[in-house]
Amino acid sequence: MKILVGIKRVVDYNVRVRVLPDGSGVDIDGVKMSINPFDEIALEEALRIKEAGKAAEVIVISCGTDECQQQLRTALAMGADRAIQVKTGSALQPLSTAQALLRVIEREQPGLVILGKQAIDDDNSQTGQMLAALWNRPQATFASKLVFEGEKLTVTREVDAGLETIEVDLPAVVTVDLRLNEPRFVKLPDIMKAKRKPLDVIPLEELGASLASNLDITRYAAPPLRQKGIRVENAAQLVQELKNRGLL
Amino acid sequence: MSKILIVAEHDGHTLNLSTAKCVSCAKAIGGDIDIAVLGQGHDAVGAQAAALAGVSRVLMISAAHLAHPLAANWAPEVLQLAANYTHVIGPSTTMGKDLMPRVAALVGVNQFSDVMEVLSPLSFRRPIYAGNAIIDVKAAEGQKIVMTVRTASWPATGSGGNAVVEQRTAQGTAAGHSRYLALNSAGSERPDLQGASKVVSGGRALGSAEGFALIYRLADKLGAGVGASRAAVDAGYVPSDMQVGQTGKIIAPDLYLAFGISGAIQHITGIKDSRTIVAVNKDAEAPIFEIADIGLVGDLFTVIPEIEALLG
Repeated sequence: MKILVGIKRVVDYNVRVRVLPDGSGVDIDGVKMSINPFDEIALEEALRIKEAGKAAEVIVISCGTDECQQQLRTALAMGADRAIQVKTGSALQPLSTAQALLRVIEREQPGLVILGKQAIDDDNSQTGQMLAALWNRPQATFASKLVFEGEKLTVTREVDAGLETIEVDLPAVVTVDLRLNEPRFVKLPDIMKAKRKPLDVIPLEELGASLASNLDITRYAAPPLRQKGIRVENAAQLVQELKNRGLL
Repeated sequence: MSKILIVAEHDGHTLNLSTAKCVSCAKAIGGDIDIAVLGQGHDAVGAQAAALAGVSRVLMISAAHLAHPLAANWAPEVLQLAANYTHVIGPSTTMGKDLMPRVAALVGVNQFSDVMEVLSPLSFRRPIYAGNAIIDVKAAEGQKIVMTVRTASWPATGSGGNAVVEQRTAQGTAAGHSRYLALNSAGSERPDLQGASKVVSGGRALGSAEGFALIYRLADKLGAGVGASRAAVDAGYVPSDMQVGQTGKIIAPDLYLAFGISGAIQHITGIKDSRTIVAVNKDAEAPIFEIADIGLVGDLFTVIPEIEALLG
């Protein structure tokens, strides 16, 4: 079985992004870029499945400019066998990404596709579900545990009411939540080795994904600030303050 | 005029509060509002949906394969209904986040995720970068709108409505490749975290699952829901469904009390719409104090019993 893992290049988790003064976007000039943290968890899970002897190959895929090859190389250093860059100059919205992934799935025939549950830049949380819809296959979103039984996969999902368990037939799309695993660190020799692993580039146009339904972002703004609060010295003052405000 | 369809969230017996919040968002769009209630043997939920003020019709679709909200089974059903509507809306809960993008892909459109404000029937405001930026997003004229509603940004519509309840027949069948097995719920008597008007939350400073008892006790005294930081969940003090933050639950109670929570950005994202935020932390430099309305630098292990004593 092949596993396909989606990788998105995003502003690093630790960077606090700022909106440009003219409202045209966020300032990402010179900031550190990384693999979307949820995608890193997706890749870690794929590698563990392979290491457990349940998969033969782990392929990582990213849609973007040549810069996303940095993240694909990191993914190869983590242990992926090969990488695919879907080359495009425009920022893809989820439906276009799902269409591009589907075309690659038709070529590669993976038994499992694992993606992060959302990207920490646009916070859309759509691509995996959309891919499952277009592919007409099961989706198991927000996964915190995967158990294989033959051609079936039992997935524990983190839902608002607790932990839900569903069973899906393969092939399927899984999107992963935080608690599924802790991704490994990349070792230096593996970074050297990763340079020799295959990285194929496919132009987006060749895949026929459409940008027609793109939504138009008309304005970026900084979030409204909360009014500055007060400090109290002790529990008695705190309780009094809450009573004064009608909250107790 | 817009024709709006809301997909109801429920557990088979009770309508989730998020549906009433979707109605408020639908009213901001303006137009005719219907609610689709998919499930099986769930008539009580239909009656609750019909009582929401401002709703025209409730469409009940009952079938065995719709008993649980499996997106693979629900999405084709919602797609059938969507033909008659300009807008299809679900809540930005795990149920809505799972279902609605699948619906959007079948419709052939990108989804508006986490809508916090309506600018026009085609234009909406939503957060990105964990709320560090807010964007205005617009769809092309004539495009069908599929969206999830950021529940913390909207009040729940009240009751007093009297919508027509229509029984509809399911158009689809089970997808066959996806099966619901079980839900393990922590099952608490306390108010639901997302609907509670008061929430008491604890962080890693509680030190242990036993230490967290302090938080539960205060919450019970206040009639509050109980939440936790990601650090407390990761440390195993509480189950994951109590996590408040960007990757957990996003909440907006009238009163949020944070004990021993430093205030990582991902936690702040989940609470910053709360009306009043109280922070108690030993570390005077903790980032939570930057957004707290009332801050108290102190040891929660002495402050909480003092508060309890003062409440009598």
